[in-house]
Amino acid sequence: MSEDEGARPSKIDPKFRYEVARMPGGKSILQCFQCGTCTSDCPVARFNEKYRPRYIIRMAQLGLRERVLNSDFLWLCASCFTCTDRCPQGVEVASVIRTLKNMAAMEGRIPQVFKDILGTLLKTGYIYEIPESRIKRREALGLPPLPKANIESLARTFGSMNIKAFLEGEDPSKKIREVKLWA
Amino acid sequence: MGVAPKYLLFLGCAIPYRVLSFEVSARRVLGKLGVELVEMPEFNCCGLPLEPLSHELTLMLSARNLAVAERVGLNILTLCPGCAGTLKKTNRALKEEKALREEVNKRLSEVGLEFKGSIDVKHISQALIEDIGLANIKKAIVRPLKGLKVAEHSGCHLSRPKKYIEFEDPENPKALKMLIEATGAKCVEYKGETECCGSTIAAIDDKVSLSLVREKLLNVKEAGADALITVCPACHVMYDANQIRVERMFGEKYEVPVLHYTQLLGLAMGMSPEELGFDELRVKPLKMLEKIQVIK
Repeated sequence: MSEDEGARPSKIDPKFRYEVARMPGGKSILQCFQCGTCTSDCPVARFNEKYRPRYIIRMAQLGLRERVLNSDFLWLCASCFTCTDRCPQGVEVASVIRTLKNMAAMEGRIPQVFKDILGTLLKTGYIYEIPESRIKRREALGLPPLPKANIESLARTFGSMNIKAFLEGEDPSKKIREVKLWA
Repeated sequence: MGVAPKYLLFLGCAIPYRVLSFEVSARRVLGKLGVELVEMPEFNCCGLPLEPLSHELTLMLSARNLAVAERVGLNILTLCPGCAGTLKKTNRALKEEKALREEVNKRLSEVGLEFKGSIDVKHISQALIEDIGLANIKKAIVRPLKGLKVAEHSGCHLSRPKKYIEFEDPENPKALKMLIEATGAKCVEYKGETECCGSTIAAIDDKVSLSLVREKLLNVKEAGADALITVCPACHVMYDANQIRVERMFGEKYEVPVLHYTQLLGLAMGMSPEELGFDELRVKPLKMLEKIQVIK
């Protein structure tokens, strides 16, 4: 989000919150009445002045689709679920925020780190490439060999999902809708 | 304890990559407690780290693991609370939601797998308390850690979100405290006990995550603890492996040793620091070991 964007009136998509509510984990967005418990209890909000779970939920409720999905702060949720457990209204705040990240990702807005771990996953089955030195260290410590992933079977499990689009970052305007398994 | 518990061990990604000390100590301790561990026949990431990208992707990854485990017919034991949480959540969703199960099974059937819902998933803390039992743990103690004061850090995913994990109270976690006290050590209270370590956003914003680490270490130090005890590989990396980095960043000294619970228990069960992977720790717990006279 550029600095002056906040000064311009934002485009509103009044149906956005229903779109969020239809996603797995997004339903409770409709229950939020903006008490602010999530933000006051958020460990990240204590150390970052831009990250406010309440604002994120409110922006989504108001239909500020582009501003939410384009923001960098969306990716700062540490998924500690403190907000979810303490919400007096039963809003699964962390899940709603995760839903918004998923929506941003489907539109091609993905931090590099997630592209990296997805690439490693498809190659190894793990999100890290376990270096040879660690394998040797396992042996030295008397640990059994690591179970291997069935890479071919893993790739086929995702056969119908357009994972390549995540990895190669297709044109962001072209939505990666195929990634959704069900409506 | 009637029949010796037997589990399929789910290691996850972080442990083989960076936290072998947890695996070594857990295997030694569980072995001595009569627990049999069977290796996963094949393995892929539980899916948790990819959830910000796609919930469906995470669901398929964890469903795959569950289906593989069901073939063996054993309950899963994990050392990582993140893996436990994701597998538990998927297990429950697929057991309860028929339409979702059918959808997932349609995809799994293409690779000859099926989710039937015949097994359970437990984190090692939960298995120690519910299946092995505090009484049996106490019976195995040969070197009570009297005089040792430690701080517990359960980590977020062992209890949150409460609705899905159903293990313990996230606002007042007791499991790890009980497990610590079983070793003879004393568990001190400190400010911010349930605070997150920030590991999940370390790659997005390390200023925030390292600030959380700093806060935790300062609070633990202030409480006068000889060590911080974790049951999560990610939290352990943040507090142990990153401690020197945080010290440099803030120009402070913490010198708080960070032990896996299984290392603490192993010491109380009479094992040596070498057997329990102490060499792998970055912050060397020398003072602590002197205090309990493991080293002189």
